[in-house]
Amino acid sequence: MSAIATFVDLLAGRRDPATLARSDWDGAIGVARSEAMLATLAHRLHGADLPPAVAALFADQRAAAQVAQAQALWEAEMARRALAPAGIEFVLLKGAAYAAAGMACAAGRQIGDLDILVLASDIRRAENALLNAGWEWVKSDPYDDAYYREHMHELPPLIHKARDRMIDVHHTILPRTHRITPDALALMSDAVESAKGYAVLCPADMAVHCAAHMLADGDLQGGLRNLWDFHIMTRDFAAADPGYWGKLDGRALLHGLREAVHRAARLSRDLYGARLPEGWDRQYGTDGWFRRRLLARDDWGRVTEPLIEQAFYIRSHWLRMPPAMLARHLWTKWRKRQSVSSSGASSRK
Amino acid sequence: MRHSVRIAVGPVQFRIGSDWAEPVAALRHLYAGYPQDETRSADATVRLFAARPWRRWLRPSVHIGGDFIVPDALPLPLSMGLLAAEMGMNLQVALGWRRHMLLHASAVAKDGRALIMSGESGSGKSTLAALLGEGDWRLMGDEFTLIDPAAGDAIAFPRAVSLKNDAIAEVASRVDAARLGPLLSGTPKGDIRHLIPRADAIAAMQEPARPALLLFPRFGGELAVEPMGEGEAFVRLTEASTNYVALGEAGFAALTRLVRETPAFGISYPDSEAGMALVEQLWAEAAR
Repeated sequence: MSAIATFVDLLAGRRDPATLARSDWDGAIGVARSEAMLATLAHRLHGADLPPAVAALFADQRAAAQVAQAQALWEAEMARRALAPAGIEFVLLKGAAYAAAGMACAAGRQIGDLDILVLASDIRRAENALLNAGWEWVKSDPYDDAYYREHMHELPPLIHKARDRMIDVHHTILPRTHRITPDALALMSDAVESAKGYAVLCPADMAVHCAAHMLADGDLQGGLRNLWDFHIMTRDFAAADPGYWGKLDGRALLHGLREAVHRAARLSRDLYGARLPEGWDRQYGTDGWFRRRLLARDDWGRVTEPLIEQAFYIRSHWLRMPPAMLARHLWTKWRKRQSVSSSGASSRK
Repeated sequence: MRHSVRIAVGPVQFRIGSDWAEPVAALRHLYAGYPQDETRSADATVRLFAARPWRRWLRPSVHIGGDFIVPDALPLPLSMGLLAAEMGMNLQVALGWRRHMLLHASAVAKDGRALIMSGESGSGKSTLAALLGEGDWRLMGDEFTLIDPAAGDAIAFPRAVSLKNDAIAEVASRVDAARLGPLLSGTPKGDIRHLIPRADAIAAMQEPARPALLLFPRFGGELAVEPMGEGEAFVRLTEASTNYVALGEAGFAALTRLVRETPAFGISYPDSEAGMALVEQLWAEAAR
């Protein structure tokens, strides 16, 4: 059995960890690291019968993730202190939101940048408030900066000069140029207060955003992690609210993201064994391509299907912008890469 | 991957995969005397790979990958594959290890107590540790020293010592040639030759040692000793640690305790003989 299949089976609870040989652990741990999910696996198998070296490594990972989450929530607090005096309300998104709300998918989850959502009408004031509070522009070139401001759903990334942490300030959850336009005002106005006092998206919107981020915007980098978030949050939201799946369907429709949300649900069933209600539990031939993309890693954590990876990369751009604009964007990027690689450095955006 | 080897250094179990046989053979030679538990899974993965299939043979260049990567790191020619492996292993520990606080420092031990030497490359910390390790000290490591946050002990990481430039001849004249790896000349870090630690140092690599003396050496210049305050030692060690921030409060507590309980000195010395004599003298005075 391949390492990635073993890893997914361990998460789904289909495989008894006591049956893994050393080479299985090597592969599963390597794959989990490549997917930035080692601490998630460590939480999932907490208390299981594990070889001593694995148990020790997992304990390290849980402890490190706890520190990292405290640091991530501190960034949320820093943003609050910067934005509250200006009366700017914001909603936490993704990892920081899951941690603030004490959700099960937050256990061991890696949290990168702080992602927040503000009203589009507040975006300039939010930018100024953050600049005044010590965040500054990441050095970028004029094309990237203008591109963010004209076409993206977020400001160009800001980084705090003392703490070296990045913040992404969104005014909606998909690029402006995307074929789909979610209802950003509804996202903001229906947000709820989390256990730690920060506003987070309401349960249905949270899963919609998770699916949108994974399937409508991104190229499925880190897809297994996003899918795990989706699986665990929908499972727990549905356990707390029997009408949850219906509400999710309605919200997905409102935001134009029904296809992405339903696909995320089917993939979480196929990979993690999620149980879906009637109307959701269907089969789609095209899901196979997504499963292949999600599982494309070998026992050393390397990408095994570069063509499929490339195809999803192109797909993400295709969804993000109209064809003529895509052509112009790729041409500009390609020319820049040529001039940069001839001068010795390189970057990929 | 086509070729692979498993190596345990101190508390870290590596698996190293390679598209070429040569780096793996070189590692097997250097690490032949290290204990290996075949049932133990790897904590860290290093991959040495060709960016394009034909680059395995045509002007072969070794890219360094693994659990953690440095974007835009330049590949090395196959003749320096061993250096690529060493850099890959260092990188995984520096960025991935969380059980201990990592100090970019060499260390030697005597009677269960550790002398820790921190400094940038060129400070002579590796050479001093290697030379002391050939005397009546136990070599704990030339690159990383780990601090156990709970107990405060120093934990050894005795990888093969990376001797550079003038240090090669200096150490080679004192050890059995069988303990030296191949000469890698003209690397980005100058000439490099690896030294296999003494068998007793490898056998004792799981034994912790109590930090007893902290030195911040500087090679070159007049012989000088300057006592260093806790504050300065603390700040210098935060800069020498790759995971101090990631450890959060545990890292702060471990480092505070280390600088409070351990006398620290900045030293400069004109040559290795003088440096070693000074170390012995400070050890006799300060580490009572």
